[in-house]
Amino acid sequence: MKAVLTVVGKDSVGILAKVSNGCAEFNVNIIEVSQTVLSDMFCMIMVCDITDISCDFGDFADKMKALGDTMGMSIHVMHEDIFNSMHSI
Amino acid sequence: MYNTHDILETIKMIEEEHLDIRTVTMGISLLDCIDSDIDKACEKVYRKITTCAAELVPVCERIEKKYGIPIINKRIAVTPIAMLASACQTSKVVKFALTLEKAARAMGVNFIGGYSALVGKGFASGDYALIESIPEALSITDHVCSSVNIGSTKAGLNMDAVKMMGKIVRQAAELTADRNCIGAAKLVVFCNAPEDNPFMAGAFHGVGEPDCVINVGVSGPGVVRAALEKAGDMDLSGVAELIKRTAFKITRVGQLVAREAATALGVPFGIVDLSLAPTPAVGDSVAHILEEVGLEQCGACGTTAALAMLNDAVKKGGVMASSHVGGLSGAFIPVTEDAGMIDAARAGTLTIEKLEAMTAVCSVGLDMINIPGDTPPEVISAIIADEAAIGMINSKTTAVRVIPAIGKKVGEELEFGGLLGSGPVMKVNTASPLKFINRAGRIPAPIQSLKN
Repeated sequence: MKAVLTVVGKDSVGILAKVSNGCAEFNVNIIEVSQTVLSDMFCMIMVCDITDISCDFGDFADKMKALGDTMGMSIHVMHEDIFNSMHSI
Repeated sequence: MYNTHDILETIKMIEEEHLDIRTVTMGISLLDCIDSDIDKACEKVYRKITTCAAELVPVCERIEKKYGIPIINKRIAVTPIAMLASACQTSKVVKFALTLEKAARAMGVNFIGGYSALVGKGFASGDYALIESIPEALSITDHVCSSVNIGSTKAGLNMDAVKMMGKIVRQAAELTADRNCIGAAKLVVFCNAPEDNPFMAGAFHGVGEPDCVINVGVSGPGVVRAALEKAGDMDLSGVAELIKRTAFKITRVGQLVAREAATALGVPFGIVDLSLAPTPAVGDSVAHILEEVGLEQCGACGTTAALAMLNDAVKKGGVMASSHVGGLSGAFIPVTEDAGMIDAARAGTLTIEKLEAMTAVCSVGLDMINIPGDTPPEVISAIIADEAAIGMINSKTTAVRVIPAIGKKVGEELEFGGLLGSGPVMKVNTASPLKFINRAGRIPAPIQSLKN
């Protein structure tokens, strides 16, 4: 099972480090990362494997959102199925 | 593997354009709760609902987290209570309403529908008592919703029931006059009522349905409007195509949630209702879609044509996205629940007559319209008859949910709050239809009913 994690906000030092630390804490494996910085706006999309996640998926989403709040970033974690459903037939 | 644009588009739809699942509605059959003793029947009803729906709210909350999409309402629809009332032979059927209210509170759902009677061709035992009790039931409960089906394409219109419902709608408003006449906002009068509708106030669990079922209603007028705004100038073929594509995406989310909820709850998946359901929030309005298409304000000449195109495109996009489509499926035009409609009604651009024309080409009918407090019952009955006739002849669902604003006049406002919104009292043509309504009887089924 995979989840898509997106991070959007003002660029600063250590975003990737903090987010990947957060993932490691809950045994979430990062498979793919793509990121862009456009005029100071940081946008990162991570595809993560959540098969062996160590907590409830909902709690993980909440904790990452809270982590985003402490950094002044907006972090969303959503199960991949919503993207597959919406954008492919 | 994933397209960045697609991912950001989905997040934007949810965060900025109000894409949400309007409702996950669990339909529960109460046919096995019928008992000649009303107290025993109520006990069985409470037990059945609280057993079937015990996990409904927690499961929906888990799905919200998993997909990051809000599920605004969790609701329950039950077998029309008139069927249970018929076995009891008592006039105290309001006990059923109190039981439904108790069960709704225990389960933490937003609404429970099914305080209903189906009298399209005539009254069965229990129907009279139930309909008579509707105003009281709606005044002493908060979550219970009521509906009455007074006709169909197959059966024609039961004008005795139409006559009765004019009075009942008024009484429902009068008994809750101190609370913005909210009783009438929880009561809808149908022609061709669907048995699997997840939307309130008209949801009930039809007799042809399984014992327990999950139906889902999506919402997304804001997403459609934003897509049109982004697309800029294009001809109407292009507009229809864009709406179709957007409706597909919206409905796919509904299908995903419906499947997931049904599996988690261990009950069959029923249908996804393809409706564009507005909310009073800015940016979540069906009227604003029509204005984006090119009308100065909703209600202007051209509104009916634009709405017909919108309604058709939503269905075409949605039907491919879901394995089972049902319920009302179309664009909703509830006046007080739609920021654009409220503005148009205040400005006088949108009138009841125009709304009536609009209901011929979309779901559902004259919905959430505040009418003057001194509107006589026979005029309300005649509004119901007109709307039902549109449904009967066009083989579609139509409904009337008007709120007589007791003590208020045209231009004054009623404020319901929440999803029900607020809006101005609209002008009603008061030339008397009294003799027509007092004739009562039945309007025969139209020639369209003879399809065999």
